Amino acid sequence: MTSTPLLRVQGLTKTFRMYHLDSMLHAFEGVSFDLFEGEFILLRGHNGAGKSTLLRTIWRSYLPVGGHVFYRSNHGEIDLANAADVDIALLRREEIGFVTQFLNARPRVAAQDIVAEPLLLAGVSRAEALDQARHWLDQFGVRPELWRAYPSTFSGGEQQKVNLARALILPQKLLLLDEPTASLDAGARAALLRRLAELKRQGVAIIGVFHHPGDVETLIDREINLSTRVVADETTEREDVAL
Amino acid sequence: MSLDLGLPALERAEPRLMRAEPLLTMSGISKRFGNVRALRNVDAKVYPGEVMGIVGESGSGKSTLLRMMNLEDTPDTGDYTLRLPGRENENLFDLARYERRMLCARHIGIVYQNPHLGLLMKHSSSGNVAERLLIAGERSFDVLRDKAREALDASEFPLDRMDARPIELSGGMQQRVQLAKAIALEPALLLLDEPTTGLDVSVQALVLDTLKRLQRDRKITMVLVSHDLGVIRTMADRVMVMRHGEVVEQGLADQVFQDPQHAYTQQLVHAKL
Repeated sequence: MTSTPLLRVQGLTKTFRMYHLDSMLHAFEGVSFDLFEGEFILLRGHNGAGKSTLLRTIWRSYLPVGGHVFYRSNHGEIDLANAADVDIALLRREEIGFVTQFLNARPRVAAQDIVAEPLLLAGVSRAEALDQARHWLDQFGVRPELWRAYPSTFSGGEQQKVNLARALILPQKLLLLDEPTASLDAGARAALLRRLAELKRQGVAIIGVFHHPGDVETLIDREINLSTRVVADETTEREDVAL
Repeated sequence: MSLDLGLPALERAEPRLMRAEPLLTMSGISKRFGNVRALRNVDAKVYPGEVMGIVGESGSGKSTLLRMMNLEDTPDTGDYTLRLPGRENENLFDLARYERRMLCARHIGIVYQNPHLGLLMKHSSSGNVAERLLIAGERSFDVLRDKAREALDASEFPLDRMDARPIELSGGMQQRVQLAKAIALEPALLLLDEPTTGLDVSVQALVLDTLKRLQRDRKITMVLVSHDLGVIRTMADRVMVMRHGEVVEQGLADQVFQDPQHAYTQQLVHAKL
């Protein structure tokens, strides 16, 4: 772990403007925390506290209305909160991953091709990419007879396994996890835990929201509670921090 | 109670990490047709290898803008540059008509919603593709046929039908012939004007998959116009939203769909099935 944080979130604020209701929705205000390489932060909070919204704001599916998200990329430091769209697109291809509970698959594309795609985009040969795709599908417990089938017909759990295999096939520097264990069976949850532990050892920094945080208990370094705005580290020594 | 809805999202910075210059830069494009202001001071940048989606209702100016990109029409005001070797700083609208046509044939491919605009319906499919190669100066019959075959194959057109005339083909097949013609010369820029509108959903999925594969394997830069938000969402990296000839919003595709900033975009996204 280096002494400089990988991510410095400072005063991050998200408000949604809803024109059709002529109203504003305040998701969170003034959130600040640091994240280091190889660190795992769990976001806690009641429904609607803004956990997923915070992840999406860092990922830039949502545009923040204030604050900064300084990120130490391989190309230099950049503020994700106001970076150009093409820079965000570049970082998403190379360094930052986002795993949701939903597979966003194009119709009529086989499971193994969906999983292999990030590798193909990174310039890996087709044969090698497919080999690795099958390896990860196998790891997450997708049966070989489904590898060439279209995931749009799969059950929610099977789709999620394909989603995870795709999302975690390339090691990123920063990984944002939005309830990735929802709808997974015990075997796939264990496979996910093994993969996350491996990535964490490799120095990947992780921020996650989990419906059952017990699934990843052994990985958690710190918790941030968006309801109470309390940061706690693994020694359970809690301190009130101005978030 | 009236709330202040003027809260600005953070101003986005100029690209810093992306080392590539934009392939396409348009600035200050305005065009009138009689009393109708079809385009009002439109700026656009498209970077190498990306898919830029343009959405908006009928009459918003999106197809007019695409025709400008294809140099089929020139604006009343505005500049257009493409980073092609030796032409980096040239306003393409200043070129003579013949030069524009040659540049367009050589470096820009287009697929129209209506195949009649893009194809000679009573010539063979392979002949339609070869015509593009002839314009570029290729004369050997064997080379023409090989290259046409290769482009049709890359567009996933069944090669046993390459001598069939487009008029005898289904809509999905006609789009593949247009696509083969568009990519035959390995263009820097591929323009797609509602390429799947009117196709049934299973054919649409196959055409989109072909496009996605072409983009991945050949790194072709694409501009895709569609009023189908699902198509744009599947294909585009970034999106421009047009209304009444103006760009009202642009951003990463997922951001525009999940957190639209402009009142019109919110309406558009909420209206999606």
